[in-house]
Amino acid sequence: MSARDRILARLNRSAPQQPPALPDVGSWYATHRSSETPADKARRFRHYIELAHAEVHAVSRNNWADTLHQVLKARGIDRLLVAEGTPHGDTALDALPPRGIECSVYDMAIEAWKSEMFTATPASLTAARAAIAETGTLILWPNEKEPRLMSLVPPVHIVLLDASNIYNTFFEAMTAEAWNNGLPTNALLVSGPSKTADIQQTLAYGAHGPKELIVLLLGEKA
Amino acid sequence: MTIAQTPPGKPADVYFFATCVVDQFYPDAGMDAITLLEREGIRVHFPEDQTCCGQPAYTSGFHDEARQVAAHQLTLFPEDWPIVVPSGSCAGMMKHHYPTLFAADPVRKAQAEKLSARVWEFTRFLVDVLDFKPQDCGSDCTVVLHTSCSARREMGVHVSGRQLLGGLAQVTVAQQDHESECCGFGGTFSVKQPEISGAMVEDKVKSLKATGAERVVSADCGCLMNILGHAAWKDAQEGRPPTLPGEHIATFLLRRTGGAK
Amino acid sequence: MSEHTLHFKPAEGFRARSKAVVDNPFLRQSFRGAMDFLMSKRAAQFPDPEELESLRNLGEAIRQYNLAKLPDLLERLEANLTRNGIKVHWAETPDEANAIILGIIQGHGATRMVKGKSMVSEEIELNHAAEAAGIEALESDMGEYIVQLANEKPSHIIMPAIHKTKEEIARLFHEKVPGVDYTDNVDALIQIGRNVLRRKFQEAEIGLSGVNFAVAETGTLCLVENEGNGRMCTTAPAVHIAITGIEKIVEKLEHVPPLLSLLTRSATGQNISTYFNMISSPRKPGEKDGPEEVHLVLLDNGRSQAYADEQLRKTLQCIRCGACMNHCPVYTRIGGHAYGTTYPGPIGKIVSPHMLGLDATAGLTTASSLCGACGEVCPVKIPIPDLLIRLRSEAFSAPHANPAMRGQGAGHSSLISAIWRGWALVYRSPALYRAVSWLGSRFGWLMPSRQGAWTTVREPLRPAPKRLRDQLKERNKA
Repeated sequence: MSARDRILARLNRSAPQQPPALPDVGSWYATHRSSETPADKARRFRHYIELAHAEVHAVSRNNWADTLHQVLKARGIDRLLVAEGTPHGDTALDALPPRGIECSVYDMAIEAWKSEMFTATPASLTAARAAIAETGTLILWPNEKEPRLMSLVPPVHIVLLDASNIYNTFFEAMTAEAWNNGLPTNALLVSGPSKTADIQQTLAYGAHGPKELIVLLLGEKA
Repeated sequence: MTIAQTPPGKPADVYFFATCVVDQFYPDAGMDAITLLEREGIRVHFPEDQTCCGQPAYTSGFHDEARQVAAHQLTLFPEDWPIVVPSGSCAGMMKHHYPTLFAADPVRKAQAEKLSARVWEFTRFLVDVLDFKPQDCGSDCTVVLHTSCSARREMGVHVSGRQLLGGLAQVTVAQQDHESECCGFGGTFSVKQPEISGAMVEDKVKSLKATGAERVVSADCGCLMNILGHAAWKDAQEGRPPTLPGEHIATFLLRRTGGAK
Repeated sequence: MSEHTLHFKPAEGFRARSKAVVDNPFLRQSFRGAMDFLMSKRAAQFPDPEELESLRNLGEAIRQYNLAKLPDLLERLEANLTRNGIKVHWAETPDEANAIILGIIQGHGATRMVKGKSMVSEEIELNHAAEAAGIEALESDMGEYIVQLANEKPSHIIMPAIHKTKEEIARLFHEKVPGVDYTDNVDALIQIGRNVLRRKFQEAEIGLSGVNFAVAETGTLCLVENEGNGRMCTTAPAVHIAITGIEKIVEKLEHVPPLLSLLTRSATGQNISTYFNMISSPRKPGEKDGPEEVHLVLLDNGRSQAYADEQLRKTLQCIRCGACMNHCPVYTRIGGHAYGTTYPGPIGKIVSPHMLGLDATAGLTTASSLCGACGEVCPVKIPIPDLLIRLRSEAFSAPHANPAMRGQGAGHSSLISAIWRGWALVYRSPALYRAVSWLGSRFGWLMPSRQGAWTTVREPLRPAPKRLRDQLKERNKA
């Protein structure tokens, strides 16, 4: 018998015949969390992610690349990692180089350029799939075009979020989008820049991941 | 842990379960509690054969021994009267742990459940059943209230205690830091882990004294033994007269409201 | 790396270790401050007692539902992870788990592993096993990195270095990290750790992590963290090995949001952690990063023993938030190291006996006043005080056939048992009780002034000269 069989045999010997009823998670959320208007959700999202030390800029479809440029300029950053082949990546690729910001793209497997990613990539731009108002959280589903390390290694992470994609709660997000039917390689919730309080309960930002998280909140008007 | 208990109407008779600590170490607290109840027009019955709720053995892991002692108490309260207990932790034992203790014995389990439903912690009984409104006849004073952990978490005594003291016009109730934290008594814990228990009671006495209150009042004599015992020891060590007197809340209430009358 | 073995310390030294902390006013003050901070952070997250209570009820129901179906869910999890390309391994003991992990590492000819925070890896003492096999196992959670540099173990399951001041950490970095000047500026210290560890994230071939929730229906491993080191360990190296106890499983993805909310709010008083990382497969064709291989090691190590008993099974509801230790007056007095077990505090006292046997842990069960603070804050309503009482009963009763747990009766003493039998005899026999208590009241003045441990910090106990029953009789006569 393998370890697996022995463990399962022991558990099967003692497992209750009749499991309790399936807990009704949905009704808890229906009772305890209200459904807010888009404007209120955006406000709540912004409030909580700012509390977590993120910087939020309200932008429009026409001007967000300008704001992106200003954000980078203000920090003296002249190099941005973008996702080629995505609408936002391509917009950045069109808009930034003429203004003196070099755009690099994630066009090969990380093994070929790990050192450059870790040492010479000061900032990145990704999109958020959606967000959660309750906790001020960005939902990211990295993919082939916009891989996982983009939102982790560069010290400044800039995220474009469409304000119409904000859910009230994490529960609402996963049920509305039926995540239980299949998740990507990696799904992420990000609620601020990297931080730690491991030294004498003193909060410090930029422990291992981004030191700064900047959200470009795309609304109808800005 | 349930705190809610449906109050019966004001009864003509109650049983008084004194607990072993009150019978042997704090008899005045028991007398004062009985006197207060009688002053409210209630006949108080003290079953002579009562001993101990069994908690010391139960919490030490000696469940057979606890069961034997608890089984004896089950036989002492034949009438359908409330059973008033001047100690939150003993009341909690009878109310919440008796039914579990006899889980394997259907007859005694049923008896235990019936008994548990009638058990009242003393201050909860005053407030919830008698709607006792103390008329303060004392002069200005400041006290600090300590509630035992099981009294707080199993019986909600911190609420009733505060309500009773709050009803005394000339009494200010001081607020200690870390009010809800354990005093370090814990029955056999105090002698099995004397270093930790000692540190806890040291901190508790410091925070009680830091309020400047002239006395500590509690509805639990186990905690009082521990707190007053440490305070007196510390005073003796440092060669000064006692600095933190204390008493059972029944004694304090009775004195403030004019005694036996 | 560490110069000597860091094995579990036996419970026998517990009293001496707690005394050392209790006698140190500086440590006392520092633990008190840290616990006060964590308690107030948690309280601020739960302003509405009704919401808290209903969420705890939901959390408890979710954990109990999933535990009831545990064997089925483990098989479903395994099937779905395998379908997703994640390799599943089973270990009954720490040695088996270490052998599996070292086998994977050595199979790749690898020598460098970075670790995200994983209490299960502490439980199996993986770092020690890796070191013995010539593999660098580097902790990357800042707190874990600090305690590893200091050659210590975590003293708290969420805040591993909570026993250390910034000055101590400043000296440690100055002494142990090449080229670092003394600074006690926290931002600067974190920057030092960041620089060291970012190099390691690039170089390591293996990343190890724990798991907070394993979702059976989707085959997903969920990780909760703030620093980003967990994401680094699970994304940058070519191989990711996750290790978890068999109990950390939920059937449905929708079980995760309430548990996550309870976890972060109870643990550190955050409404959510900075990162919540859900991993469902290794790198797929066309993807440009992420590990090529992902492994999950499922560890039993005594959990199935707890599972076999309906009451003890509740131990496995734990989601490892650490709120019980933050609110524990005993933990607050002695800190985590005194316990000598991987998991300190109230949860450690109820879970360690299943991992290490009651022979090694019987003494720990007495280190509680049963005040109930732990049970009151537990986000999944584990009745910790009741479980402690149960464990005391298992530890101190005479050894018997078919015990519920390993080491049953280990704390048994014929003398102590005889004393309790004598106690029961007195208190179940009213005549005997009356006689003994009468003697006490008459001769209480003869009680010694030294009463063992009681009088180390208290005045001796003396029965009152007149018992309540005597006073009542006198009054009723009058």
